[in-house]
Amino acid sequence: MCDTCGCNLTPGNQHLAFKPVAKGATAVSVLKGLLAKNDDQAAHNREHFDRRAILAINLMSSPGSGKTALLEATLTALKDEFTCAVIEGDLETENDAERIRAKGVQAHQIVTGTACHLDAHLVHDALHHMTLDGIDLLFIENVGNLVCPASFDLGQHLNVTLLSVTEGDDKPAKYPVMFRAADAMLLTKTDLLAVLDDFDPDKAEAHLRNLANPAPVMRLSARKGMGMDAWLAWLREQLAAQRARVAKGQSRRPAIQADGMKYHKATA
Amino acid sequence: MHELAVAQALVEQVDAVIDQHQASRATLIRVRIGPLAGVVPDLLATAFPLAAAGRRMEHADLEFTHAPIRVHCQTCGAETEAPMNRLLCGACGDWHTRIQSGDELLLESVELETAPALPLET
Repeated sequence: MCDTCGCNLTPGNQHLAFKPVAKGATAVSVLKGLLAKNDDQAAHNREHFDRRAILAINLMSSPGSGKTALLEATLTALKDEFTCAVIEGDLETENDAERIRAKGVQAHQIVTGTACHLDAHLVHDALHHMTLDGIDLLFIENVGNLVCPASFDLGQHLNVTLLSVTEGDDKPAKYPVMFRAADAMLLTKTDLLAVLDDFDPDKAEAHLRNLANPAPVMRLSARKGMGMDAWLAWLREQLAAQRARVAKGQSRRPAIQADGMKYHKATA
Repeated sequence: MHELAVAQALVEQVDAVIDQHQASRATLIRVRIGPLAGVVPDLLATAFPLAAAGRRMEHADLEFTHAPIRVHCQTCGAETEAPMNRLLCGACGDWHTRIQSGDELLLESVELETAPALPLET
């Protein structure tokens, strides 16, 4: 984050950069992201991951859309291929971490108490309770919530947003901040589509495109093992891309922050 | 709900600005929020006094500048306003757009009261 060179200026705010000074007071132009401290910590977390060529994925969705079930099926499918680790975020209980550990995978549970989202500092503390050496894929299961987690960078490389077919296909239109941040959208529990007549997967995808989001949409059911191959192939592809970036000394931030990077280049 | 966390971050940043300029307190804090930042100005205004209690900006006015959503179309090049769940080009209707403004969450400016000068020792 930069206070001096003006790289926080965007085409939308540059006219605000210079303010007249009111009489008897000093007006100081700051133009700094309110979450700059979180973003600095997130960048530090990302360095932890990149140093070890780990791909970090932030899973977000409403409660009960199947994040943990997806992880269980994914970890089982990948167990001979990659070493995975999981950070679980919930308001209370170790239940999810225990479900992951039952798969023989390292898991750390963050209990947020009352906080409705994970932030970069919570994730950093969790990283210090974990053995990161030898890890290929780190999944961060955020607090089940379609609102707050979208505003906090954790240091992940990719955001994956789940939408279960029991929730309604217009969720991307109702929670645009969350779905705009998705690098991939997973429609989960699709085995139930046969008995639900009010969820149209094509409509869900159209609502995502209305947010100017080109992210791939994958339809799957973790419990019934439907559509998992495309998801696993995407993970393999993304891990290979992460390793290629690390080899070139590059990194990647999730979709939204990439926009910010563009402005940095344009105005710095 | 996460507005309290944002308010706490705001208080810390204003505190740093006060230090940087050796001021005594902040009297006005201007924050620029776009609808796509996921932070509700009214809730932030409610959370701010809790986060600022006992700090050097507890009596400061908190002012919000609204940042309208504007998208730039990568297909036809037009720049238009858009509602938050339909970020389509207002000219040609294409969804291949980029946000120009509307996702900001910025501490825009702070008005400070400078500390009274210490009497010089003679």
